Amino acid sequence: MDDPTREQKPEETGIKLTEQQQRARRARSIAIGLALAALALLFYIVTLVKGPGVLERPL
Amino acid sequence: MSVTAARVEPSIAGVGDYIELMKPRVMSLVVFTALVGLLLAPGHVHPVIGFTALLCIAVGAGAAGALNMWYDADIDARMARTAGRPIPAGRLARGDALAFGLTLAVFSVVVLGLLVNVFAALLLAVTIAFYVCVYTMWLKRSTPQNIVIGGAAGALPPMIGWAAVTGDLALQPLVLFLIIFFWTPPHFWALSLYRTEDYVRAGIPMLPVVSGATETRRQILFYALILAPLGTAPWLLGYAGLLYGVVALVAGAAMLGLAFRVRTEQRGHIASKQMFGFSILYLFLLFAMLLVDRFSAGLFGPLIGGLAAGA
Repeated sequence: MDDPTREQKPEETGIKLTEQQQRARRARSIAIGLALAALALLFYIVTLVKGPGVLERPL
Repeated sequence: MSVTAARVEPSIAGVGDYIELMKPRVMSLVVFTALVGLLLAPGHVHPVIGFTALLCIAVGAGAAGALNMWYDADIDARMARTAGRPIPAGRLARGDALAFGLTLAVFSVVVLGLLVNVFAALLLAVTIAFYVCVYTMWLKRSTPQNIVIGGAAGALPPMIGWAAVTGDLALQPLVLFLIIFFWTPPHFWALSLYRTEDYVRAGIPMLPVVSGATETRRQILFYALILAPLGTAPWLLGYAGLLYGVVALVAGAAMLGLAFRVRTEQRGHIASKQMFGFSILYLFLLFAMLLVDRFSAGLFGPLIGGLAAGA
């Protein structure tokens, strides 16, 4: 016979985000993702533009 | 003795709050003046590299704005003009603004150094450091000359744009630097004349707070007297053509006229508000005309040359 107390989940004690906080966090995460993707794309394009001289950085 | 840990509420800051932290209006002027410096510089730069330079300068300016709002959150809360900013309005934590500003500052300088050139990156780093450490942390709260000396930070972007192309500096970008440098005091003091109460409340020693309105009006005129002839320097030194010279003379005369009106204004702040508004247009006109002059010479130069040869 199963122990009925094992069915009960412990009450969550962590911070519970409100809907507004969840929305804001999601928007921030998307923005960070887009910014990182743009940065990667920028490095890719500059590498194509500069070609083998990409590491030449004149003072 | 009981120790209570401060509860950190999860952030409700949206993307718009972070954009506001970067002072987009200031950023747009920075990008425009840097673009002029970049396009006036001799030599050629690939459009992608030019775009990268402008992007880094824009992000660097945004970083400086964010760090300024992080440090000045206490005084921003006491001024009507700035009380709605993300930190004093309670939408964004100070620590988040600091982390955001530092991240952008490091990224903008490193990317500019890696993808464009190290000299331009060094200039950008100096600009951010000067604005945050010298102007924001030191001068702003300690001397009425805060915006005079601090104005150097706002005047550097054309030099960074120039350096992004050439890798060094010359007299021409220095003239652009000086124009913005001497433009800054009459621009901000005109604003501070009708925002004096705000600055008193925040305890910022702006010139009208420390020396009074009469002295401020006198100083505005003094700087306008330097600025108006200085604005014509690119034409007088042969860097720009007659079209620029005419616009600089007319706009400079208008600036001087407004400065005289501010000087003699007894009641109200109509002239001060006009001066503040027109000063933005003045700087935009001068830099826009430098571009027009440069590219109209490229477009119409051969045609004018051909007509002269045929005559």
